[in-house]
Amino acid sequence: MTEPVIICRCEDITLADIQERIEQGNHSLEELKRECRCGMGPCQGRTCMPLIAQELAKSLSKPTGEVILPSFRPPTAPISLGALARGSSHD
Amino acid sequence: MIKQADVVIIGGGVVGCSIAYNLAKAGAGQVVVIERGYLASGATGRCGAGVRMQWGTETNCLLSRESVRLLENLPEVLEVDGDIEFKQGGYLLLAYSEKMVAQFKQNLTLQNSLSIPAQWVTPDQAKEIVPHLNTDGLLGATFCPKDGHANPFKVTSLYAKAAAKLGVKFYTYTEATGLSVKAGKVAAVHTSQGDIATNTIINAAGGYAKAVGCMAGVELPIFPERHEILVTEPVEPMQTPMVMCFYHNLYCQQTPHGSFIMGIGHPDEPETFNIKSSWQFLSEMAARITKILPPLANLNVIRQWAGLYDMCPDRTPILGQDPTVKGFYTAAGFSGHGFMISPVVGQLMAQMVMGQPLLIPINMFSADRFTRGQLFVEPSVV
Ligand SMILES: Cc1cc2nc3c(=O)[nH]c(=O)nc-3n(C[C@H](O)[C@H](O)[C@H](O)COP(=O)(O)OP(=O)(O)OC[C@H]3O[C@@H](n4cnc5c(N)ncnc54)[C@H](O)[C@@H]3O)c2cc1C
Repeated sequence: MTEPVIICRCEDITLADIQERIEQGNHSLEELKRECRCGMGPCQGRTCMPLIAQELAKSLSKPTGEVILPSFRPPTAPISLGALARGSSHD
Repeated sequence: MIKQADVVIIGGGVVGCSIAYNLAKAGAGQVVVIERGYLASGATGRCGAGVRMQWGTETNCLLSRESVRLLENLPEVLEVDGDIEFKQGGYLLLAYSEKMVAQFKQNLTLQNSLSIPAQWVTPDQAKEIVPHLNTDGLLGATFCPKDGHANPFKVTSLYAKAAAKLGVKFYTYTEATGLSVKAGKVAAVHTSQGDIATNTIINAAGGYAKAVGCMAGVELPIFPERHEILVTEPVEPMQTPMVMCFYHNLYCQQTPHGSFIMGIGHPDEPETFNIKSSWQFLSEMAARITKILPPLANLNVIRQWAGLYDMCPDRTPILGQDPTVKGFYTAAGFSGHGFMISPVVGQLMAQMVMGQPLLIPINMFSADRFTRGQLFVEPSVV
């Protein structure tokens, strides 16, 4: 038996999960992310999105460069509500 | 692409998908859904996901009460497998002014007369429900334990799955580009993939409903307005209900996943299709929420985004057939609360199209109320 391969560490999603969802017809990163939360944890997909893009490219037999990346949303790094609130009181 | 259909729905958000399922179920023949992006790519997939029955008008109370009933058993109702993550942790609506107290008490009388189990709570009782609530300046609150939230992607895909099982055809990444109207009657939809002949079109295009109306030569008073929202990292469960405050214009809930989702309404937001995120939102949101729920200051924000409210001047949707173009129906203008009433909106729209008696009387939601000057104002909106 082989160990399950974790592809998204923040949300604990395996390679097999992703492959199954691609097979079910989720053919874009936006759809995959909304199906299983891959790339939505604290790292915001920095580690897993390129790997999942590769998987998608492989399954769809197209170059990885043609897989459209999902929207990258602010903030760039996690920041606490407390720090943000202090920021606004200095205005 | 299919050449002909009995009904074409423009918009694959939760409203379009719910209507599609209900029409197929009612035997409307071939139903088609046209969606520019993927399903739930509009407001639906961007929304706060809250579901509440605490409203200030009888119709909104009934629409939400009946929708909650459906959401409680949605997979069984739709006869498909799935989990919509419906969590009924309640809604706590905070009152900070005498005027609000009076309005809330009036709302409670109405809600209780319709068997909605909401009640008045003192600041101390509110603190028992949400231990990290700062009660400074709080005059009281109303609480309905049966309110809650559900996963909008899952609700939409459940409706879509059930609809597809009944033969509904979905065309995603397909845009409706024009409509043909002949002798005051709908005749066809033109899309980026081809034309579909049909006598019935349902405009469920959310923030773009006005543009779709224009295609039929109909002027709808629905305008898009950006609303911003953020999510934090997941933490242990600490907040059961959605906390909502019309005074600070905000809402905040903890999802079953552990993350907190929160948003604010902005009184000066201009009418635009802009859905970019702003840093002003982050600091304003943070300042307001850490005042009301101070321990949240420790939570890290990991993502922010925005979506469009499809606003109507009286913050009430337009539901029904256009008075001038036969076969052109609109289900839009939800003004920030379309997700929670989508199950019943789907039923009602199907009943209208099929000429069946309506589950709930909603004639006051017709588009011609604006020309008649009979607005239908909902007082309790963020
Ligand atoms: C930040 C935010 C928070 C919210 N919070 C809540 C909440 O807590 N509770 C609640 O009940 N509601 C909430 N709402 C409101 C709720 O999201 C909407 O009322 C609801 O999703 C409307 O669903 P819809 O299907 O009508 O619209 P949408 O989901 O916007 O669907 C319309 C679809 O039509 C498509 N479309 C448009 N034009 C065309 C065209 N020409 N051709 C093909 N397709 C087209 C769009 O791509 C879109 O997918 C919130 C909204 C926002 C933005």
